[in-house]
Amino acid sequence: MKAKINLDATYVQSEDLVSREIEGELIIVPLVAGMGDMEDELFTLNETGRAVWAKLDGKKSLKTVAKELSAEFEAPPGEIERDVTGLAEELLKRKMIVKASKK
Amino acid sequence: MANKDSYSIKVSADDASLWKVNPPLLESLDMELTERCNNNCIHCYINLPTDDLNAKKKELSTEEIQAILQEAVSLGCLTVRFTGGEPLLREDFEDLYSFARKLGLRVALFTNATLITAALAKVFVRTPPLMPIEITLYGMTRNSYETITRVPGSFKAAWRGINLLLEYQVPFVVTGVLLPPNREEIEEFESWATTIPWMYTAPSYSILFDLRARRDSKQKNQLIKGLRLTPEDAVAFLSRKQEKYLQEMREFCVKFTRPQGNNIFSCGAGIRGGCVDAYGYFQPCMLLRHPDTVYDLKKGSLKDALKNFFPKIRNIKTKNTDYLNRCARCVLQGLCEQCPARSWMEHGTLDTPVEYQCEIAHAQATALGLLEEGERAWEIKNWKERIRNFSGGTPTYEKKKPCKNQVMQEG
Repeated sequence: MKAKINLDATYVQSEDLVSREIEGELIIVPLVAGMGDMEDELFTLNETGRAVWAKLDGKKSLKTVAKELSAEFEAPPGEIERDVTGLAEELLKRKMIVKASKK
Repeated sequence: MANKDSYSIKVSADDASLWKVNPPLLESLDMELTERCNNNCIHCYINLPTDDLNAKKKELSTEEIQAILQEAVSLGCLTVRFTGGEPLLREDFEDLYSFARKLGLRVALFTNATLITAALAKVFVRTPPLMPIEITLYGMTRNSYETITRVPGSFKAAWRGINLLLEYQVPFVVTGVLLPPNREEIEEFESWATTIPWMYTAPSYSILFDLRARRDSKQKNQLIKGLRLTPEDAVAFLSRKQEKYLQEMREFCVKFTRPQGNNIFSCGAGIRGGCVDAYGYFQPCMLLRHPDTVYDLKKGSLKDALKNFFPKIRNIKTKNTDYLNRCARCVLQGLCEQCPARSWMEHGTLDTPVEYQCEIAHAQATALGLLEEGERAWEIKNWKERIRNFSGGTPTYEKKKPCKNQVMQEG
């Protein structure tokens, strides 16, 4: 089931993980159970995911994140918004981000 | 932007595809937290008594271990393996574990399970190690188990630990040790192992026992030698699941079986990994403790060892005539577990042929049809043809064979 995403809400990276940059790769290491499906899973993000992840600071709404990315990437705003929502849904489902705002 | 169905990609740290460009300087690190153990196993290559105060006094402090872990992480390390001795004997184990996990390391733990408590199981639930705990089980009955561990009550303690992990659903796997007291229990052991939810493959075993890694007891070495399987029995055990064994050997031989020449290292020891002993010496692998091959971390760094010291060690060429005449020319180099660590433990050198390993490799090769009865593998000329006939493929000469020392040895 997909997590419900609100584009006006702000999200922040969970404190229950460590995100590490190793040899140009972003590796997410869970600190609690339940993020992965197996006992030894780590996560890495694709290019789209990395760009979004870096902006999830608990201050910017997802709409602002998408807007900022529109200035950095040559892609239609609608597509970027879909990417941001898609990743946020996946990260929220895995409890890798938490809602920072009340919205 | 790329539009993909999935934005996060699940990976295992063992997955080489994790590194698109270069792997980090240090991928995984073994840390032997202590050489002391609460068991006194008849076959063990390292254990010291729990109350060996001299050993305890020399062990790295909590802060020293934490500093090593921090440097490991700065070099890209993703996995640390805590081993021993019995690592749970360290009073600061929980602190070290939590410290490592908070740094973003996965923790592999080698233990006999006897010291696992409900409190520790809860720690593993709260902050999972992200690797199944690896437990060595010495027997399925109190009699066989304690004949091996020589500690009354250890059987009950091990099962208490195992049951706690089952109760709290903490993933673990078990490995076996094939010794005279438990040889009749293999079937029972393997049958029980299938009931463990996290055992996706049959358990592995230690069967070819190494002598004392510190070369500290002739008496214990005599005992260990007496426990070893004969080459014929070793082959019979290794090939008991014949089809699987043959398939694995075909794949292995075509990749790794070839003469090694005068290089004494043919494994991956000291490349993107190594083992820190209980006192702060960094070894290329868990077994190799020859004083010329270990690096004092109290005077240097993991980075210096990996970048400068280990490559120099790995480049050592032998001048030993016996080695040059036999091992350097031997086609079974991949199949044989001859290595500098075993030469060190058996002879105190880096490059002396180890007869026991030689006999096992020859027995295997003969059983596989790579050699005729009585042939010596360093004398055959048409080895490529023989491997082709056996494996159904042309030798591919892969550079590194997996270091078996690091998977088959129990703590």
